[in-house]
Amino acid sequence: METDTAHPTTGPPDHHHSEITLRVNGKPHTLTVDHRSVLLDVLREDLDLTGAKKGCDHGQCGACTVLVDGRRANSCLLPAVALDGGDITTVEGLGGDGEELHPLQRAFLDRDAFQCGYCTPGQICSAIGALAEAAAGHPSHVTDPGAPAGPPVALDRAEIRERLSGNLCRCGAYPNIVEAVEDVIP
Amino acid sequence: MSDTDTALGAPAERREGREKVTGTARYAAEHTVPGRVHAWPVTAAIACGAVRAIDTTEALRSAGVITVLTHENAPRLADADDPTLAVLQNSRVPHRGWPIALVVAETLEAARAGAAAVRVEYEAQDHDVTLTDSHPGAYVPEEANGGYPGHRERGAPEGAFASAAVRVDAAYRVPPLHNHPMEPHAATAQWDGHRLVVHDSSQGATAVRATLAALFRLPEDQVTVVAEHVGGGFGSKGTARPHVVLAAMAARRTGRPVTVVLPRRFLPALVGHRAPTLHRVRLGADEQGSLTALLHEVTTHTSRIKEFVEQAAVPARVMYASPHSRTTHRVVPLDVPSPSWMRAPGEAPGMFALESAMDELAVALGTDPVELRIANEPDTEPDSGKPFSSRHLVECLREGARRFGWAHRDPHPGPHSSGPLLVGSGVAAAVYPVLIQPSTATARALPNGNFTVRVNATDIGTGARTVLAQVAADALGVPLDRVRTEIGNSDLPSASLAGGSSGTASWGWAVHEACTRLRAGLAEHTGQLPEPGLTASADTAGTADADSDYARHAFGAHFAEVAVDTVTGEVRVRRLLGVYAAGHILNSRTARSQFIGGMTMGLGMALTEGSTMDAAFGDFTESDLAAYHVPVHADVPAVEAHWIDEDDPHLNPMGSKGIGEIGIVGTAAAIGNAVHHATGVRYRELPLTPDRVLTGLPSFMAR
Repeated sequence: METDTAHPTTGPPDHHHSEITLRVNGKPHTLTVDHRSVLLDVLREDLDLTGAKKGCDHGQCGACTVLVDGRRANSCLLPAVALDGGDITTVEGLGGDGEELHPLQRAFLDRDAFQCGYCTPGQICSAIGALAEAAAGHPSHVTDPGAPAGPPVALDRAEIRERLSGNLCRCGAYPNIVEAVEDVIP
Repeated sequence: MSDTDTALGAPAERREGREKVTGTARYAAEHTVPGRVHAWPVTAAIACGAVRAIDTTEALRSAGVITVLTHENAPRLADADDPTLAVLQNSRVPHRGWPIALVVAETLEAARAGAAAVRVEYEAQDHDVTLTDSHPGAYVPEEANGGYPGHRERGAPEGAFASAAVRVDAAYRVPPLHNHPMEPHAATAQWDGHRLVVHDSSQGATAVRATLAALFRLPEDQVTVVAEHVGGGFGSKGTARPHVVLAAMAARRTGRPVTVVLPRRFLPALVGHRAPTLHRVRLGADEQGSLTALLHEVTTHTSRIKEFVEQAAVPARVMYASPHSRTTHRVVPLDVPSPSWMRAPGEAPGMFALESAMDELAVALGTDPVELRIANEPDTEPDSGKPFSSRHLVECLREGARRFGWAHRDPHPGPHSSGPLLVGSGVAAAVYPVLIQPSTATARALPNGNFTVRVNATDIGTGARTVLAQVAADALGVPLDRVRTEIGNSDLPSASLAGGSSGTASWGWAVHEACTRLRAGLAEHTGQLPEPGLTASADTAGTADADSDYARHAFGAHFAEVAVDTVTGEVRVRRLLGVYAAGHILNSRTARSQFIGGMTMGLGMALTEGSTMDAAFGDFTESDLAAYHVPVHADVPAVEAHWIDEDDPHLNPMGSKGIGEIGIVGTAAAIGNAVHHATGVRYRELPLTPDRVLTGLPSFMAR
């Protein structure tokens, strides 16, 4: 075995690293992060929370979707250093303590809303974000432009499909995912 | 759990489902062992030539970089019979995107920055990446993928076609397509002395173990390959790919566990693609619509380093009766990445062409396209003369037509307008061969009344763990919840890969045999089982792969309804319906998902997916998910999958045919035929993107 050189990058803050605090799934973490690091890599590499997936690293596939301060976001596009004080929820933090599943996780099982499972955490986090957006009255591309602003938007299948279109699934579980989301619409 | 839950065919829930929905299922890059480091490949920026010089000074100076492997210093590999894996062995660049260096660093960020700092000088040569029908380099290969003869001919097809009463002579084009599983190809490799342990994103760990053992000159029992959870593959992870070789090399050199994840943009050049196919289909028929001549000629490309021939003319050897036939492939080696398997290689592009041509023939004859297909059902497999073990295409067509409401369709081609939209429907048939590979398995009865089944199957999203437990429970005659399955590790009994829709039949056969033996052993046993229980094993070599006297294929029928926007040229699928005849369906829940998934990929093939070989740069232009458009939620409307149960005694002990690929096979043609029905315009090149559709509409129609 040979090793050419070694430059450990862990250590105190310097020109290229900063200390931040993230609340992740309810638990505070103080971390020294590389300024180049995105939230997705901090979650996966530093916190060993590999539920958020890396599908493209470019915000094109949605597999890395997590909730940041309650709103869904592609974590591969967020420099971690800019999130100091942020409140992050990943798929690992959706269920209650112990064995409890979030109702949408249960619905994904009931509807067979996945195959390989790689897009699944992103689909679930994205759907939870989308449900909150609709409840807050945010319109989508397919919302009736004549509908009054403000009240919650009712989610029919076209609305669900539109709002989840940032989350790719190559196995083609889309119809089942839409059914699972319908199952948890209040 | 009741006994009925053990029955084959029951909708048993995925066994690893909970791990997948909670994010605790670990994929290949997610095995975080202490001391693990990351590696980032540097790939060639020319399409043909060699690396003249490679300067790693700056990369090695950058913080966190541990080493840079190039062809000058990388470990020497033995020959593994796959030229795409001979990475960093010499300076040659066979295509753009070929790996020429690998930067290993403490962190992902450092590895990526290090890769950007590697300076390369090339000796570029002229390249040729453009496939044409008349390319002088074209030749007829001995064999196409799957071992099928490159050329077959019966009767006098040219003369029969020339003298046919009704003729269709049409050229179709299917562009290069990319598998793009959601999990990019990834591996984590670790050496413990002369022992290599790899977590690989692969469709078959047994085969990857054999390849790595050969490349690194190790006995196979010193290599372990784990593929516990795999984020899709669709053929692109069917055999070892360069990432796993690079990871093993880097781990050996650094003495550290190394993870290599291919950046998404590297996939098109490094993991195989569906080669473009240029088709000429000629159908001759008599006035009554009986085929007299069927000619399907395909031209495709391969790379300079490996011959891979997309067997797109092969389904025409199976589908329709015709006394005169020619099915032939021509292949052109170009300076392009090596093509490989993508879901239903051969069938998917071949049936787009053949089933579009059948639709054209139906129009020419003024016949219903469902009836035309039924009228040309063969008594035996046309090419081999063998009887079919089972063939229920007619039933699929009839059942699909009934469910779809085909009888209400306007039999005349469009335009059929509905406001600014043109609406139409189409049909196409599907076929996929029954493939079975030998496998081994063990089954153990434990003293506590439970059972453990071990087989190195791979679950790439098919639900292999679940269906194999059903096979075992059925053979043992015990409730499903008493059976545990262990899969996804090359230390388990060797098994074939998850490919060619062969997994469940191949692994299931071995599991069934082991469980049947175990059940017999238990019947002879009296009293409490001693620790560690009673074990039986099976090896299906020689039986599962024995030649059959029957032609064995799954069949299906696809129906599509589309709306074509005359303002934008956009085609929207409104409904997709598939009916399949694929033996016994072993898990109705996961099977439905696979059928629907295949149809969804077929929808992409029809409407959104297309790659382009850039002639100047020799690169795929659509190399990431922003440019290569796989279907999204909004593209996929009501998709229905149904099936006809077949009782076929000539398959395997479960009576099943593969289901992973047939869903894609006829979908693109059904959609294309629906677009013709809607518009009256025949589009013969995929995908049917708005630019192509709008410019193809007659000016009076486009608004």
